[in-house]
Amino acid sequence: MKSLVKTARSISPAGVIRMWYRNWKIFRKVFWFAAAPNFLEPVIYLTALGIGLGLLVQDIEGLSYVQFLAPGLLGSTVMYASSFETTYSSFIRMKYEKTYDAVLATPLSIEDVIAGEILWGATRGYINALTFLGVIAIFGYVDSAAALLLIPLLFVFAALFAIIGMTYTALVSNINLFNYYFTLFITPLFLFSGIFFPISTLPAWAQKLALFTPLYHVVLVCRGLALGRLDQDVFTSIFITVAFTAVLFLVPITIMRNRLIK
Amino acid sequence: MESNTGREKVVVAQDLTKVFDGLTAVKGISFTVERGERVGFLGPNGAGKTTTIRMLYGMSPPTTGSLSVLGLDVRDDIRDIKRRIGVVPQETNLDTDLSVRENLEVYANYFGIPKKPASERIHELLAFMQLEERADTMVDTLSGGMKRRLLLARALLNNPELLILDEPTTGLDPQARHLIWDRLKSLQEQNVTLILTTHYMDEASRLCDRIIIMDEGSIIAEGIPLDLIETHVSSEALEIRVAEGQREALQELLVPKSEYFETQQDTYVFFARAADELMQAVKDAGFEIEYALLRRSTLEDVFLKLTGRRLRD
Ligand SMILES: Nc1ncnc2c1ncn2[C@@H]1O[C@H](COP(=O)(O)OP(=O)(O)OP(=O)(O)O)[C@@H](O)[C@H]1O
Ligand SMILES: [Mg+2]
Repeated sequence: MKSLVKTARSISPAGVIRMWYRNWKIFRKVFWFAAAPNFLEPVIYLTALGIGLGLLVQDIEGLSYVQFLAPGLLGSTVMYASSFETTYSSFIRMKYEKTYDAVLATPLSIEDVIAGEILWGATRGYINALTFLGVIAIFGYVDSAAALLLIPLLFVFAALFAIIGMTYTALVSNINLFNYYFTLFITPLFLFSGIFFPISTLPAWAQKLALFTPLYHVVLVCRGLALGRLDQDVFTSIFITVAFTAVLFLVPITIMRNRLIK
Repeated sequence: MESNTGREKVVVAQDLTKVFDGLTAVKGISFTVERGERVGFLGPNGAGKTTTIRMLYGMSPPTTGSLSVLGLDVRDDIRDIKRRIGVVPQETNLDTDLSVRENLEVYANYFGIPKKPASERIHELLAFMQLEERADTMVDTLSGGMKRRLLLARALLNNPELLILDEPTTGLDPQARHLIWDRLKSLQEQNVTLILTTHYMDEASRLCDRIIIMDEGSIIAEGIPLDLIETHVSSEALEIRVAEGQREALQELLVPKSEYFETQQDTYVFFARAADELMQAVKDAGFEIEYALLRRSTLEDVFLKLTGRRLRD
Protein backbone atom coordinates (compact mmCIF):
# COMPACT_ATOMS: atom_id res chain seq x y z
CA MET A 1 0.00 0.00 0.00
CA LYS A 2 2.75 2.42 0.94
CA SER A 3 4.51 1.71 -2.31
CA LEU A 4 1.32 2.31 -4.31
CA VAL A 5 1.09 5.73 -2.72
CA LYS A 6 4.70 6.36 -3.64
CA THR A 7 3.85 5.36 -7.22
CA ALA A 8 0.92 7.75 -7.41
CA ARG A 9 3.09 10.58 -6.10
CA SER A 10 5.86 9.98 -8.60
CA ILE A 11 3.68 10.26 -11.70
CA SER A 12 3.83 13.55 -13.54
CA PRO A 13 1.13 14.03 -16.21
CA ALA A 14 3.56 15.85 -18.49
CA GLY A 15 6.01 12.96 -18.23
CA VAL A 16 3.31 10.40 -19.02
CA ILE A 17 2.26 12.34 -22.10
CA ARG A 18 5.85 12.63 -23.29
CA MET A 19 6.35 8.89 -23.07
CA TRP A 20 3.05 8.37 -24.85
CA TYR A 21 4.09 10.82 -27.53
CA ARG A 22 7.25 8.84 -28.27
CA ASN A 23 5.20 5.76 -29.08
CA TRP A 24 2.67 7.74 -31.03
CA LYS A 25 5.41 9.25 -33.18
CA ILE A 26 6.83 5.84 -34.01
CA PHE A 27 3.38 4.37 -34.60
CA ARG A 28 2.61 7.03 -37.19
CA LYS A 29 5.88 6.34 -38.87
CA VAL A 30 5.55 2.56 -39.13
CA PHE A 31 1.77 2.48 -39.47
CA TRP A 32 1.43 1.23 -43.04
CA PHE A 33 3.67 -1.76 -42.81
CA ALA A 34 3.30 -2.65 -39.15
CA ALA A 35 -0.04 -1.59 -37.77
CA ALA A 36 -2.51 -1.41 -40.62
CA PRO A 37 -3.19 -5.19 -40.85
CA ASN A 38 -4.52 -5.18 -37.27
CA PHE A 39 -7.53 -3.24 -38.42
CA LEU A 40 -8.53 -5.88 -40.91
CA GLU A 41 -8.56 -8.77 -38.49
CA PRO A 42 -11.97 -8.25 -36.84
CA VAL A 43 -13.48 -7.43 -40.20
CA ILE A 44 -12.25 -10.76 -41.52
CA TYR A 45 -13.74 -12.59 -38.54
CA LEU A 46 -16.98 -10.78 -38.97
CA THR A 47 -17.22 -11.63 -42.64
CA ALA A 48 -16.18 -15.25 -42.35
CA LEU A 49 -18.11 -16.16 -39.24
CA GLY A 50 -20.98 -13.71 -39.29
CA ILE A 51 -21.89 -14.15 -42.87
CA GLY A 52 -20.51 -17.63 -43.60
CA LEU A 53 -21.27 -19.46 -40.36
CA GLY A 54 -24.29 -17.26 -39.83
CA LEU A 55 -26.10 -19.12 -42.61
CA LEU A 56 -26.01 -22.26 -40.52
CA VAL A 57 -26.76 -20.78 -37.12
CA GLN A 58 -30.23 -20.00 -35.87
CA ASP A 59 -31.05 -16.62 -34.36
CA ILE A 60 -29.64 -15.96 -30.89
CA GLU A 61 -31.66 -13.93 -28.40
CA GLY A 62 -33.73 -12.67 -31.29
CA LEU A 63 -30.67 -11.51 -33.25
CA SER A 64 -29.23 -12.81 -36.50
CA TYR A 65 -25.81 -14.38 -35.91
CA VAL A 66 -23.94 -11.50 -37.48
CA GLN A 67 -25.83 -8.97 -35.34
CA PHE A 68 -24.95 -11.01 -32.28
CA LEU A 69 -21.33 -11.41 -33.28
CA ALA A 70 -20.44 -7.88 -34.40
CA PRO A 71 -20.55 -6.07 -31.01
CA GLY A 72 -18.86 -9.06 -29.36
CA LEU A 73 -15.90 -8.74 -31.69
CA LEU A 74 -15.61 -5.14 -30.60
CA GLY A 75 -14.64 -6.49 -27.19
CA SER A 76 -11.93 -8.77 -28.56
CA THR A 77 -10.58 -5.99 -30.77
CA VAL A 78 -9.98 -3.87 -27.71
CA MET A 79 -8.40 -6.78 -25.91
CA TYR A 80 -5.96 -7.92 -28.57
CA ALA A 81 -4.52 -4.61 -29.66
CA SER A 82 -3.85 -3.36 -26.13
CA SER A 83 -2.61 -6.72 -24.90
CA PHE A 84 -0.03 -7.02 -27.66
CA GLU A 85 1.18 -3.53 -27.06
CA THR A 86 1.91 -3.86 -23.34
CA THR A 87 3.26 -7.42 -23.58
CA TYR A 88 5.45 -8.09 -26.61
CA SER A 89 5.99 -4.50 -27.64
CA SER A 90 6.69 -3.14 -24.18
CA PHE A 91 8.92 -6.07 -23.32
CA ILE A 92 10.97 -5.50 -26.47
CA ARG A 93 11.33 -1.83 -25.63
CA MET A 94 12.34 -2.63 -22.06
CA LYS A 95 14.66 -5.56 -22.62
CA TYR A 96 16.05 -5.38 -26.14
CA GLU A 97 15.85 -1.78 -27.26
CA LYS A 98 16.64 -0.41 -23.79
CA THR A 99 14.21 2.39 -24.42
CA TYR A 100 13.34 2.66 -20.75
CA ASP A 101 17.00 3.09 -19.81
CA ALA A 102 17.29 5.90 -22.32
CA VAL A 103 14.19 7.68 -21.08
CA LEU A 104 15.10 7.23 -17.43
CA ALA A 105 18.17 9.38 -17.94
CA THR A 106 15.82 12.29 -18.69
CA PRO A 107 13.50 14.04 -16.22
CA LEU A 108 10.89 11.30 -16.68
CA SER A 109 10.47 8.92 -13.76
CA ILE A 110 10.00 5.17 -14.09
CA GLU A 111 6.39 5.76 -13.07
CA ASP A 112 5.93 8.21 -15.96
CA VAL A 113 7.45 5.71 -18.36
CA ILE A 114 5.22 2.79 -17.40
CA ALA A 115 2.09 4.93 -17.09
CA GLY A 116 2.89 6.32 -20.54
CA GLU A 117 3.28 2.81 -21.90
CA ILE A 118 -0.08 1.79 -20.45
CA LEU A 119 -1.70 4.90 -21.83
CA TRP A 120 -0.20 4.09 -25.19
CA GLY A 121 -1.32 0.44 -25.06
CA ALA A 122 -4.80 1.70 -24.27
CA THR A 123 -4.60 4.10 -27.18
CA ARG A 124 -3.68 1.30 -29.58
CA GLY A 125 -6.65 -0.79 -28.47
CA TYR A 126 -8.86 2.26 -28.60
CA ILE A 127 -7.85 3.24 -32.13
CA ASN A 128 -8.60 -0.26 -33.39
CA ALA A 129 -11.85 -0.52 -31.49
CA LEU A 130 -13.16 2.85 -32.64
CA THR A 131 -12.36 1.94 -36.22
CA PHE A 132 -14.19 -1.35 -35.87
CA LEU A 133 -17.11 0.38 -34.15
CA GLY A 134 -17.32 2.67 -37.20
CA VAL A 135 -17.25 -0.30 -39.55
CA ILE A 136 -20.05 -2.17 -37.81
CA ALA A 137 -22.09 1.01 -37.50
CA ILE A 138 -21.83 1.55 -41.24
CA PHE A 139 -22.98 -2.02 -41.85
CA GLY A 140 -25.94 -1.34 -39.61
CA TYR A 141 -25.03 -3.59 -36.70
CA VAL A 142 -25.28 -0.76 -34.19
CA ASP A 143 -28.81 0.39 -33.59
CA SER A 144 -28.94 2.48 -30.46
CA ALA A 145 -27.85 5.94 -29.43
CA ALA A 146 -26.59 4.27 -26.24
CA ALA A 147 -23.65 3.13 -28.36
CA LEU A 148 -22.29 6.67 -27.99
CA LEU A 149 -21.40 5.69 -24.42
CA LEU A 150 -18.97 3.21 -25.93
CA ILE A 151 -16.82 6.07 -27.14
CA PRO A 152 -15.44 6.77 -23.66
CA LEU A 153 -15.91 3.24 -22.35
CA LEU A 154 -13.87 1.54 -25.06
CA PHE A 155 -10.93 3.56 -23.84
CA VAL A 156 -11.40 2.27 -20.31
CA PHE A 157 -11.64 -1.31 -21.58
CA ALA A 158 -8.48 -0.84 -23.61
CA ALA A 159 -6.74 0.55 -20.54
CA LEU A 160 -7.88 -2.44 -18.49
CA PHE A 161 -6.26 -4.92 -20.88
CA ALA A 162 -3.17 -2.73 -21.21
CA ILE A 163 -2.83 -2.78 -17.42
CA ILE A 164 -3.28 -6.55 -17.13
CA GLY A 165 -0.74 -7.09 -19.92
CA MET A 166 1.77 -4.75 -18.32
CA THR A 167 1.39 -6.55 -14.99
CA TYR A 168 2.35 -9.82 -16.67
CA THR A 169 5.22 -8.11 -18.48
CA ALA A 170 6.52 -6.73 -15.20
CA LEU A 171 6.70 -10.25 -13.82
CA VAL A 172 8.31 -12.24 -16.63
CA SER A 173 11.95 -12.40 -17.58
CA ASN A 174 11.76 -14.09 -20.98
CA ILE A 175 9.87 -13.13 -24.09
CA ASN A 176 8.76 -16.72 -24.75
CA LEU A 177 6.63 -16.61 -21.62
CA PHE A 178 4.15 -14.41 -23.49
CA ASN A 179 3.07 -17.51 -25.38
CA TYR A 180 1.52 -18.69 -22.13
CA TYR A 181 -0.22 -15.40 -21.62
CA PHE A 182 -1.87 -15.58 -25.00
CA THR A 183 -2.54 -19.31 -25.11
CA LEU A 184 -3.73 -19.79 -21.56
CA PHE A 185 -5.33 -16.43 -20.85
CA ILE A 186 -6.20 -14.33 -23.90
CA THR A 187 -7.36 -17.12 -26.22
CA PRO A 188 -9.74 -18.75 -23.69
CA LEU A 189 -11.13 -15.30 -22.93
CA PHE A 190 -11.64 -14.77 -26.64
CA LEU A 191 -13.52 -18.04 -27.01
CA PHE A 192 -15.54 -18.21 -23.79
CA SER A 193 -16.61 -14.65 -23.05
CA GLY A 194 -19.80 -14.69 -25.03
CA ILE A 195 -18.47 -13.33 -28.29
CA PHE A 196 -19.34 -16.34 -30.45
CA PHE A 197 -22.13 -17.90 -28.39
CA PRO A 198 -24.03 -16.92 -25.25
CA ILE A 199 -22.30 -18.23 -22.16
CA SER A 200 -25.66 -19.54 -20.97
CA THR A 201 -24.83 -22.57 -23.14
CA LEU A 202 -21.84 -23.34 -20.89
CA PRO A 203 -22.01 -25.49 -17.73
CA ALA A 204 -22.92 -23.57 -14.58
CA TRP A 205 -19.38 -23.57 -13.15
CA ALA A 206 -18.02 -22.11 -16.36
CA GLN A 207 -20.62 -19.39 -16.32
CA LYS A 208 -19.58 -18.51 -12.76
CA LEU A 209 -15.95 -18.43 -13.78
CA ALA A 210 -16.72 -16.08 -16.66
CA LEU A 211 -18.05 -13.53 -14.19
CA PHE A 212 -14.51 -13.19 -12.87
CA THR A 213 -12.90 -12.52 -16.24
CA PRO A 214 -12.59 -9.08 -17.82
CA LEU A 215 -13.63 -9.83 -21.39
CA TYR A 216 -16.99 -11.23 -20.31
CA HIS A 217 -17.97 -7.87 -18.84
CA VAL A 218 -16.52 -5.94 -21.76
CA VAL A 219 -18.48 -7.98 -24.30
CA LEU A 220 -21.63 -7.68 -22.25
CA VAL A 221 -21.33 -3.90 -22.20
CA CYS A 222 -20.42 -3.64 -25.89
CA ARG A 223 -23.40 -5.73 -26.92
CA GLY A 224 -25.81 -4.08 -24.52
CA LEU A 225 -24.91 -0.56 -25.60
CA ALA A 226 -24.61 -1.31 -29.32
CA LEU A 227 -28.03 -2.90 -29.39
CA GLY A 228 -29.68 -0.67 -26.82
CA ARG A 229 -30.48 -3.54 -24.46
CA LEU A 230 -29.78 -1.71 -21.26
CA ASP A 231 -30.48 -4.05 -18.40
CA GLN A 232 -29.08 -4.05 -14.89
CA ASP A 233 -26.20 -6.35 -15.92
CA VAL A 234 -24.86 -3.80 -18.35
CA PHE A 235 -24.54 -1.18 -15.65
CA THR A 236 -23.04 -3.62 -13.18
CA SER A 237 -20.43 -4.60 -15.74
CA ILE A 238 -19.64 -0.97 -16.54
CA PHE A 239 -19.08 -0.37 -12.86
CA ILE A 240 -16.89 -3.45 -12.47
CA THR A 241 -14.65 -2.67 -15.45
CA VAL A 242 -14.21 0.98 -14.56
CA ALA A 243 -13.49 0.15 -10.92
CA PHE A 244 -10.95 -2.54 -11.77
CA THR A 245 -9.19 -0.30 -14.24
CA ALA A 246 -8.83 2.43 -11.64
CA VAL A 247 -7.75 0.08 -8.86
CA LEU A 248 -5.23 -1.94 -10.89
CA PHE A 249 -3.59 0.99 -12.65
CA LEU A 250 -0.84 1.53 -10.08
CA VAL A 251 -0.01 -2.16 -9.66
CA PRO A 252 2.12 -2.84 -12.77
CA ILE A 253 3.81 0.53 -12.36
CA THR A 254 4.85 -0.36 -8.84
CA ILE A 255 6.09 -3.82 -9.82
CA MET A 256 8.05 -2.36 -12.71
CA ARG A 257 9.69 0.23 -10.47
CA ASN A 258 10.81 -2.46 -8.08
CA ARG A 259 12.15 -4.45 -10.99
CA LEU A 260 13.99 -1.75 -12.90
CA ILE A 261 15.21 0.69 -10.28
CA LYS A 262 17.73 -1.39 -8.39
CA MET B 1 38.79 15.64 1.73
CA GLU B 2 40.09 16.81 -1.69
CA SER B 3 42.48 19.67 -2.40
CA ASN B 4 40.11 22.49 -1.64
CA THR B 5 40.05 25.14 -4.33
CA GLY B 6 36.83 26.65 -3.04
CA ARG B 7 35.00 25.82 -6.27
CA GLU B 8 31.41 24.69 -6.17
CA LYS B 9 30.99 20.97 -5.59
CA VAL B 10 28.91 19.35 -8.30
CA VAL B 11 28.98 15.87 -6.80
CA VAL B 12 29.48 14.95 -3.16
CA ALA B 13 29.41 11.25 -2.31
CA GLN B 14 29.87 10.11 1.25
CA ASP B 15 30.22 6.48 2.36
CA LEU B 16 28.22 5.41 -0.65
CA THR B 17 27.26 1.74 -0.69
CA LYS B 18 25.29 -0.34 -3.16
CA VAL B 19 24.18 -3.86 -2.40
CA PHE B 20 22.43 -6.03 -5.02
CA ASP B 21 20.73 -8.91 -3.27
CA GLY B 22 23.75 -10.10 -1.35
CA LEU B 23 26.46 -8.72 -3.65
CA THR B 24 28.09 -5.50 -2.52
CA ALA B 25 28.96 -3.72 -5.76
CA VAL B 26 30.06 -0.44 -4.16
CA LYS B 27 31.62 -0.51 -0.71
CA GLY B 28 31.39 2.81 1.08
CA ILE B 29 33.13 5.18 -1.32
CA SER B 30 33.51 8.92 -0.82
CA PHE B 31 34.50 11.45 -3.47
CA THR B 32 33.73 14.94 -4.69
CA VAL B 33 33.71 16.52 -8.11
CA GLU B 34 34.01 20.28 -8.58
CA ARG B 35 32.43 22.40 -11.26
CA GLY B 36 34.34 22.30 -14.52
CA GLU B 37 36.44 19.32 -13.48
CA ARG B 38 36.92 16.25 -15.65
CA VAL B 39 37.04 13.16 -13.50
CA GLY B 40 37.71 9.66 -14.80
CA PHE B 41 36.76 6.41 -13.09
CA LEU B 42 39.10 3.55 -13.91
CA GLY B 43 38.87 -0.01 -12.74
CA PRO B 44 38.75 -3.62 -13.90
CA ASN B 45 35.49 -5.20 -15.10
CA GLY B 46 33.02 -5.40 -12.24
CA ALA B 47 34.83 -2.77 -10.17
CA GLY B 48 31.59 -0.87 -9.62
CA LYS B 49 32.08 2.05 -12.03
CA THR B 50 28.75 1.72 -13.83
CA THR B 51 26.95 1.13 -10.56
CA THR B 52 28.45 4.32 -9.12
CA ILE B 53 27.49 6.29 -12.19
CA ARG B 54 23.95 4.91 -12.25
CA MET B 55 23.50 6.10 -8.69
CA LEU B 56 24.33 9.62 -9.88
CA TYR B 57 21.31 9.79 -12.14
CA GLY B 58 18.81 7.86 -10.09
CA MET B 59 18.82 4.55 -11.95
CA SER B 60 20.00 2.90 -8.80
CA PRO B 61 19.20 4.30 -5.36
CA PRO B 62 22.15 4.09 -2.96
CA THR B 63 21.78 1.40 -0.31
CA THR B 64 23.49 3.56 2.31
CA GLY B 65 25.47 6.77 2.38
CA SER B 66 24.72 10.17 1.00
CA LEU B 67 24.97 11.42 -2.55
CA SER B 68 24.23 14.90 -3.79
CA VAL B 69 24.43 16.11 -7.36
CA LEU B 70 24.33 19.83 -8.22
CA GLY B 71 23.53 20.47 -4.58
CA LEU B 72 20.43 18.26 -4.68
CA ASP B 73 19.90 14.93 -2.96
CA VAL B 74 19.54 12.01 -5.40
CA ARG B 75 16.91 10.46 -3.19
CA ASP B 76 14.62 13.48 -3.08
CA ASP B 77 15.23 15.61 -6.14
CA ILE B 78 16.23 13.25 -8.89
CA ARG B 79 13.85 14.80 -11.43
CA ASP B 80 15.46 18.22 -10.98
CA ILE B 81 18.91 16.68 -11.13
CA LYS B 82 18.10 14.88 -14.38
CA ARG B 83 16.89 18.11 -15.97
CA ARG B 84 20.40 19.52 -15.62
CA ILE B 85 22.64 16.60 -16.49
CA GLY B 86 23.40 14.59 -19.62
CA VAL B 87 24.09 10.85 -19.72
CA VAL B 88 25.90 8.74 -22.32
CA PRO B 89 25.21 5.14 -21.28
CA GLN B 90 27.54 2.16 -21.59
CA GLU B 91 25.02 0.35 -23.78
CA THR B 92 23.62 2.03 -26.89
CA ASN B 93 19.92 2.69 -26.49
CA LEU B 94 18.81 4.73 -29.46
CA ASP B 95 15.38 4.42 -31.08
CA THR B 96 16.09 2.15 -34.01
CA ASP B 97 12.81 2.89 -35.79
CA LEU B 98 13.70 6.55 -36.02
CA SER B 99 16.18 8.63 -37.98
CA VAL B 100 19.07 10.51 -36.40
CA ARG B 101 17.11 13.75 -36.28
CA GLU B 102 13.93 12.10 -35.01
CA ASN B 103 15.89 10.47 -32.21
CA LEU B 104 16.97 13.90 -31.07
CA GLU B 105 13.47 15.34 -31.47
CA VAL B 106 11.91 12.64 -29.33
CA TYR B 107 14.60 13.04 -26.71
CA ALA B 108 14.22 16.83 -26.62
CA ASN B 109 10.55 16.25 -25.96
CA TYR B 110 11.37 14.30 -22.79
CA PHE B 111 13.00 17.46 -21.49
CA GLY B 112 10.01 19.51 -22.52
CA ILE B 113 12.10 21.64 -24.87
CA PRO B 114 9.63 23.42 -27.20
CA LYS B 115 9.74 22.57 -30.92
CA LYS B 116 11.49 25.67 -32.21
CA PRO B 117 14.40 25.92 -29.75
CA ALA B 118 14.70 22.13 -29.98
CA SER B 119 15.13 22.20 -33.71
CA GLU B 120 17.74 24.95 -33.42
CA ARG B 121 19.60 23.02 -30.78
CA ILE B 122 19.42 19.84 -32.88
CA HIS B 123 20.80 21.69 -35.85
CA GLU B 124 23.72 22.92 -33.73
CA LEU B 125 24.43 19.52 -32.24
CA LEU B 126 24.30 17.68 -35.55
CA ALA B 127 26.96 20.08 -36.76
CA PHE B 128 28.96 19.81 -33.55
CA MET B 129 29.03 16.00 -33.79
CA GLN B 130 29.50 16.00 -37.58
CA LEU B 131 26.26 14.18 -38.22
CA GLU B 132 24.52 16.70 -40.49
CA GLU B 133 24.83 14.55 -43.55
CA ARG B 134 23.29 11.63 -41.71
CA ALA B 135 20.44 13.58 -40.16
CA ASP B 136 17.79 11.65 -42.06
CA THR B 137 19.46 8.25 -41.93
CA MET B 138 17.78 5.50 -39.92
CA VAL B 139 19.73 4.69 -36.79
CA ASP B 140 20.02 0.96 -37.62
CA THR B 141 22.29 1.70 -40.51
CA LEU B 142 24.76 3.91 -38.62
CA SER B 143 28.26 2.70 -37.80
CA GLY B 144 29.25 2.21 -34.17
CA GLY B 145 31.15 5.49 -34.20
CA MET B 146 28.18 7.44 -35.50
CA LYS B 147 25.87 5.87 -32.93
CA ARG B 148 28.22 7.02 -30.16
CA ARG B 149 28.34 10.51 -31.62
CA LEU B 150 24.57 10.56 -31.72
CA LEU B 151 24.41 9.39 -28.09
CA LEU B 152 26.69 12.26 -27.17
CA ALA B 153 24.63 14.75 -29.17
CA ARG B 154 21.52 13.44 -27.44
CA ALA B 155 23.08 13.87 -24.00
CA LEU B 156 23.83 17.51 -24.81
CA LEU B 157 20.31 18.51 -25.88
CA ASN B 158 19.43 20.08 -22.55
CA ASN B 159 22.75 21.97 -22.24
CA PRO B 160 23.79 19.91 -19.23
CA GLU B 161 25.97 21.33 -16.48
CA LEU B 162 27.24 17.85 -15.75
CA LEU B 163 27.88 15.23 -18.41
CA ILE B 164 28.20 11.60 -17.37
CA LEU B 165 29.80 9.20 -19.84
CA ASP B 166 30.12 5.46 -19.33
CA GLU B 167 32.90 4.18 -21.59
CA PRO B 168 32.33 6.81 -24.28
CA THR B 169 34.81 5.42 -26.80
CA THR B 170 34.79 1.67 -26.25
CA GLY B 171 34.89 -0.15 -29.58
CA LEU B 172 35.57 2.93 -31.70
CA ASP B 173 38.28 3.43 -34.30
CA PRO B 174 41.01 6.04 -33.63
CA GLN B 175 39.35 8.67 -35.80
CA ALA B 176 36.06 8.42 -33.97
CA ARG B 177 37.80 8.45 -30.60
CA HIS B 178 39.74 11.56 -31.46
CA LEU B 179 36.60 13.34 -32.59
CA ILE B 180 34.89 12.50 -29.30
CA TRP B 181 37.90 13.57 -27.24
CA ASP B 182 38.06 16.80 -29.15
CA ARG B 183 34.38 17.50 -28.51
CA LEU B 184 34.70 16.67 -24.83
CA LYS B 185 37.59 19.10 -24.55
CA SER B 186 35.59 21.87 -26.11
CA LEU B 187 32.77 21.13 -23.66
CA GLN B 188 35.16 21.61 -20.82
CA GLU B 189 35.98 25.04 -22.19
CA GLN B 190 32.29 25.80 -21.72
CA ASN B 191 32.74 24.80 -18.08
CA VAL B 192 30.71 21.59 -18.38
CA THR B 193 31.72 19.14 -15.66
CA LEU B 194 32.63 15.69 -16.99
CA ILE B 195 32.52 12.36 -15.22
CA LEU B 196 33.53 9.40 -17.31
CA THR B 197 34.56 5.80 -16.99
CA THR B 198 37.04 4.16 -19.29
CA HIS B 199 39.29 1.18 -19.73
CA TYR B 200 41.69 3.20 -21.88
CA MET B 201 44.51 4.71 -19.89
CA ASP B 202 45.48 7.04 -22.68
CA GLU B 203 41.93 8.36 -22.74
CA ALA B 204 42.01 8.92 -19.01
CA SER B 205 45.36 10.72 -19.07
CA ARG B 206 44.36 12.89 -22.00
CA LEU B 207 40.91 13.86 -20.87
CA CYS B 208 40.87 13.83 -17.12
CA ASP B 209 42.13 16.32 -14.58
CA ARG B 210 41.68 13.73 -11.92
CA ILE B 211 41.49 9.95 -11.83
CA ILE B 212 39.66 7.73 -9.39
CA ILE B 213 40.72 4.10 -9.52
CA MET B 214 38.21 1.57 -8.24
CA ASP B 215 38.60 -2.11 -7.60
CA GLU B 216 36.06 -4.52 -6.15
CA GLY B 217 33.75 -1.74 -5.09
CA SER B 218 36.31 0.47 -3.35
CA ILE B 219 38.37 3.48 -4.34
CA ILE B 220 41.98 2.38 -4.20
CA ALA B 221 43.68 5.52 -5.50
CA GLU B 222 42.80 9.02 -6.51
CA GLY B 223 44.65 12.02 -7.89
CA ILE B 224 45.86 13.87 -10.95
CA PRO B 225 47.44 11.49 -13.47
CA LEU B 226 51.03 12.77 -13.07
CA ASP B 227 50.86 12.58 -9.28
CA LEU B 228 49.50 9.06 -9.42
CA ILE B 229 52.40 8.05 -11.62
CA GLU B 230 54.94 9.78 -9.35
CA THR B 231 53.46 8.32 -6.21
CA HIS B 232 52.80 4.76 -7.22
CA VAL B 233 55.54 4.00 -9.71
CA SER B 234 58.01 6.68 -10.77
CA SER B 235 58.23 9.04 -13.70
CA GLU B 236 60.33 6.82 -15.98
CA ALA B 237 60.52 3.15 -16.85
CA LEU B 238 63.09 0.81 -18.30
CA GLU B 239 61.73 -2.30 -19.97
CA ILE B 240 64.52 -4.77 -20.35
CA ARG B 241 65.19 -8.39 -21.25
CA VAL B 242 68.63 -9.95 -20.87
CA ALA B 243 70.08 -13.36 -21.67
CA GLU B 244 68.49 -16.14 -19.65
CA GLY B 245 71.30 -16.80 -17.18
CA GLN B 246 71.76 -13.14 -16.31
CA ARG B 247 68.28 -12.35 -15.02
CA GLU B 248 68.98 -12.74 -11.34
CA ALA B 249 72.10 -10.65 -11.56
CA LEU B 250 70.12 -7.95 -13.34
CA GLN B 251 67.54 -7.94 -10.61
CA GLU B 252 70.26 -7.66 -7.96
CA LEU B 253 71.79 -4.75 -9.78
CA LEU B 254 68.68 -2.71 -10.49
CA VAL B 255 66.24 -3.33 -7.67
CA PRO B 256 68.16 -1.14 -5.20
CA LYS B 257 68.31 1.64 -7.78
CA SER B 258 64.59 1.62 -8.66
CA GLU B 259 61.48 2.61 -6.79
CA TYR B 260 59.42 -0.27 -8.07
CA PHE B 261 59.74 -3.14 -10.52
CA GLU B 262 57.61 -5.71 -12.25
CA THR B 263 58.13 -8.81 -14.33
CA GLN B 264 56.13 -9.54 -17.44
CA GLN B 265 57.07 -13.05 -18.53
CA ASP B 266 60.82 -12.80 -19.30
CA THR B 267 60.91 -9.01 -19.39
CA TYR B 268 61.49 -6.71 -16.42
CA VAL B 269 60.14 -3.23 -15.98
CA PHE B 270 62.12 -1.05 -13.56
CA PHE B 271 60.70 2.29 -12.50
CA ALA B 272 62.89 5.21 -11.45
CA ARG B 273 63.12 8.97 -11.61
CA ALA B 274 65.90 8.73 -14.19
CA ALA B 275 65.67 5.42 -15.99
CA ASP B 276 68.57 6.24 -18.30
CA GLU B 277 70.86 5.87 -15.29
CA LEU B 278 69.58 2.32 -14.86
CA MET B 279 70.28 1.68 -18.52
CA GLN B 280 73.78 3.01 -18.14
CA ALA B 281 74.39 0.76 -15.15
CA VAL B 282 73.25 -2.28 -17.14
CA LYS B 283 75.56 -1.40 -20.00
CA ASP B 284 78.50 -0.75 -17.66
CA ALA B 285 78.00 -4.13 -16.03
CA GLY B 286 78.24 -5.75 -19.46
CA PHE B 287 74.88 -7.52 -19.60
CA GLU B 288 73.81 -9.20 -22.81
CA ILE B 289 70.75 -7.10 -23.67
CA GLU B 290 68.11 -8.77 -25.86
CA TYR B 291 65.61 -5.97 -25.67
CA ALA B 292 65.48 -2.61 -23.94
CA LEU B 293 63.13 0.34 -23.99
CA LEU B 294 63.32 3.59 -22.07
CA ARG B 295 60.01 5.31 -21.70
CA ARG B 296 57.93 7.55 -19.50
CA SER B 297 55.79 5.73 -16.99
CA THR B 298 52.09 5.68 -17.77
CA LEU B 299 48.84 5.45 -15.96
CA GLU B 300 48.64 1.88 -17.17
CA ASP B 301 51.70 1.04 -15.06
CA VAL B 302 49.97 2.52 -12.04
CA PHE B 303 46.75 0.72 -12.86
CA LEU B 304 48.41 -2.67 -13.20
CA LYS B 305 50.41 -2.16 -10.04
CA LEU B 306 47.33 -1.29 -8.04
CA THR B 307 44.83 -3.73 -9.47
CA GLY B 308 47.13 -6.62 -10.37
CA ARG B 309 46.95 -8.78 -13.45
CA ARG B 310 44.29 -11.19 -12.33
CA LEU B 311 41.18 -11.34 -14.55
CA ARG B 312 38.03 -10.22 -12.72
CA ASP B 313 35.02 -11.61 -14.49
N1 LIG C 1 21.36 -4.88 -11.49
C1 LIG C 1 22.30 -5.64 -10.92
N2 LIG C 1 21.95 -6.73 -10.19
C2 LIG C 1 22.88 -7.51 -9.61
N3 LIG C 1 24.20 -7.29 -9.69
C3 LIG C 1 24.62 -6.23 -10.40
C4 LIG C 1 23.70 -5.36 -11.06
N4 LIG C 1 24.41 -4.40 -11.69
C5 LIG C 1 25.71 -4.67 -11.43
N5 LIG C 1 25.85 -5.77 -10.67
C6 LIG C 1 27.12 -6.33 -10.18
O1 LIG C 1 27.84 -5.30 -9.54
C7 LIG C 1 29.23 -5.41 -9.80
C8 LIG C 1 29.74 -4.11 -10.37
O2 LIG C 1 29.25 -3.96 -11.69
P1 LIG C 1 29.47 -2.66 -12.56
O3 LIG C 1 28.66 -2.82 -13.78
O4 LIG C 1 29.24 -1.47 -11.73
O5 LIG C 1 31.01 -2.77 -12.92
P2 LIG C 1 31.88 -1.89 -13.91
O6 LIG C 1 33.01 -1.36 -13.11
O7 LIG C 1 31.04 -0.91 -14.62
O8 LIG C 1 32.41 -3.00 -14.92
P3 LIG C 1 32.68 -2.93 -16.51
O9 LIG C 1 34.02 -2.35 -16.66
O10 LIG C 1 32.68 -4.37 -16.90
O11 LIG C 1 31.60 -2.13 -17.15
C9 LIG C 1 29.39 -6.60 -10.73
O12 LIG C 1 29.74 -7.72 -9.95
C10 LIG C 1 28.02 -6.78 -11.32
O13 LIG C 1 27.79 -8.13 -11.66
MG1 LIG D 1 30.50 -0.61 -16.60
